[in-house]
Amino acid sequence: MMIEVITSEKLSKHFGNFKAVDQITFSVNKGEIFGFLGANGAGKTTAMRMLTGLSKPTSGMAKVAGYDVYRNPEDIKRHIGYMSQKFSLYEDLSVLENIRFFGGIYGLPRKVWKAKSEALIERLGMAEMAHALVRSIPLGWKQKLSFSIAILHDPAIVFLDEPTGGVDPVTRRQFWEMIYQVAHEGMTVFVTTHYMDEAEYCHRISIMVDGRIAALGSPDALKRQFGTQSMDEVFLRLARPGSSGVGGVATNI
Amino acid sequence: MKAFFIFIRKEFYHIFRDSRSLLILLGMPIVLVLLFGFAITNEIKEAKIAVVDDTRNKVSREMAQRLDASNYFEVVVYPENQSVMDEAFRQNQIKMAVIFRNDLSPAHDSQIHLIADASDPNTANTLINYATIIIRTFEQEHPAQAKPARIQTEVRMLYNPRLEGVYMFVPGVMTIILMLVSAMMTSIAITREKELGTMEVLLVSPIRPFGIILGKVIPYIVIALANTAVILLLGTLVFQMPVRGSLALLLGACGLFVITSLALGLLISTRTNSQQVAMLISLMALMLPTILLSGFIFPIESMPLLLQWISNIIPAKWFIIIVKNIMLKGTGLEAIWKESLILVGMTLFLFLASIRSFKIRLA
Repeated sequence: MMIEVITSEKLSKHFGNFKAVDQITFSVNKGEIFGFLGANGAGKTTAMRMLTGLSKPTSGMAKVAGYDVYRNPEDIKRHIGYMSQKFSLYEDLSVLENIRFFGGIYGLPRKVWKAKSEALIERLGMAEMAHALVRSIPLGWKQKLSFSIAILHDPAIVFLDEPTGGVDPVTRRQFWEMIYQVAHEGMTVFVTTHYMDEAEYCHRISIMVDGRIAALGSPDALKRQFGTQSMDEVFLRLARPGSSGVGGVATNI
Repeated sequence: MKAFFIFIRKEFYHIFRDSRSLLILLGMPIVLVLLFGFAITNEIKEAKIAVVDDTRNKVSREMAQRLDASNYFEVVVYPENQSVMDEAFRQNQIKMAVIFRNDLSPAHDSQIHLIADASDPNTANTLINYATIIIRTFEQEHPAQAKPARIQTEVRMLYNPRLEGVYMFVPGVMTIILMLVSAMMTSIAITREKELGTMEVLLVSPIRPFGIILGKVIPYIVIALANTAVILLLGTLVFQMPVRGSLALLLGACGLFVITSLALGLLISTRTNSQQVAMLISLMALMLPTILLSGFIFPIESMPLLLQWISNIIPAKWFIIIVKNIMLKGTGLEAIWKESLILVGMTLFLFLASIRSFKIRLA
């Protein structure tokens, strides 16, 4: 039995005459890893801002973690986690201070964040760095820490906005192992990425083009639908119809 | 509420771990007060002057001695004639010369000429003023030597009889520091969160935008008020600046100005996403007018009309008027309510403007 944790119906956001998000309809199930793809400017960020309660939709309907985006954006905020592409930790705070700060603003009681931060540091193997300023720890560690902090308060859904930008392939793989782990435990993962190999890791993906969802399905289903070998080609065909044609000619020569 | 305290604690970590901002926040007030107090003073002490005495009588001698005896002047040369005096001016040996004409006697008008080196007009003005006062006082003490029916202009320097610069710069430095801490540092602190991307994470968290802003500004309010205390203490203890009015009223006025400056800082931070730009705007659009047009260094009355009008929209101008009224004249609320209301009005306007741009950005 599938439980829908994100439901979006004809969700739209207009800025004047510009339709940044144009009637997108989709749903995400509990424990699913949902890839949210699209070229820059396709409307991903705007859609994500509406789903995280940061921005009010122009029209349409959406429910996140059981709460309405119009009426209960504050409830949504309490039940989601968020990690941005910049890792968003405070560089001048130590690892432990960062954990405590974010635990604190999510209202975790002292005992809980104490136990959780110990467990977290243990799990990540960061015991030696616990008191080091985040500024001084390697990028890969920052990213894992940032993810762990985003899910510290056990949210129903975690939103990851290009979480692996600028990270080496080994760390990226480790990072995806963490994502699989939490999804396996029942957390829903909503992730945007520009890496097509990462898109293949997702259970299902949607590809946005000009504010609309142009394709939606599992990576295998999409490849079959477009008759291609890789997600790369699917993406290029949708995002840049013109350039994929040119690419095709080039490979034929 | 607990989340709020955690937020404020985090803010203090930022402040205390950044040596640059710490230096500005805690070192700047002390350095500025001491600098203005001891070094950059436009107050006259032992200015070197020349006395050209054609008369060589008792009156002129006594008068020259009186000038020399004051703290303001030191007679360094007695040139024989005016060309020697001119040479002394050119070689920067003297700042002012006093010339006693031959006919300085009870029978005629007193003939004393004051000649000042106006390459530094402010100093020249002050020197002439001081010398005039000393000479007039001397004449009053020796009525026999003055013409009986003579109309005397009496000059009295109210509230600051010794014309001490400290009376001007303590309110001025206080204004600059409060502006710096409340407007510039807060706008930098908020844009920093935007630049690093942490603002986004905070906005997605259950903390309300209003709570985020409040959490960010409260530490700076605390620091600004602590700085006020330090400046007032230094001003009163080291430089003997009086606080003639109510201390509570003075602190209240400082509190009001801190909030006005915060509103300015907020407005800046809603309009830009980069720390550099925030700092530049703060310096160019806030600090410069505050220093130049608030009446702190250059008197507003002697500005061109256009600049006088512009000075009206500078909060610092009104704050300095309030502070000087309370500290020097010892007046109460009845004398400063108009200026205070202007500040309150400016603050409300700025807050509304920042809320508006904040909402537009969020939408």
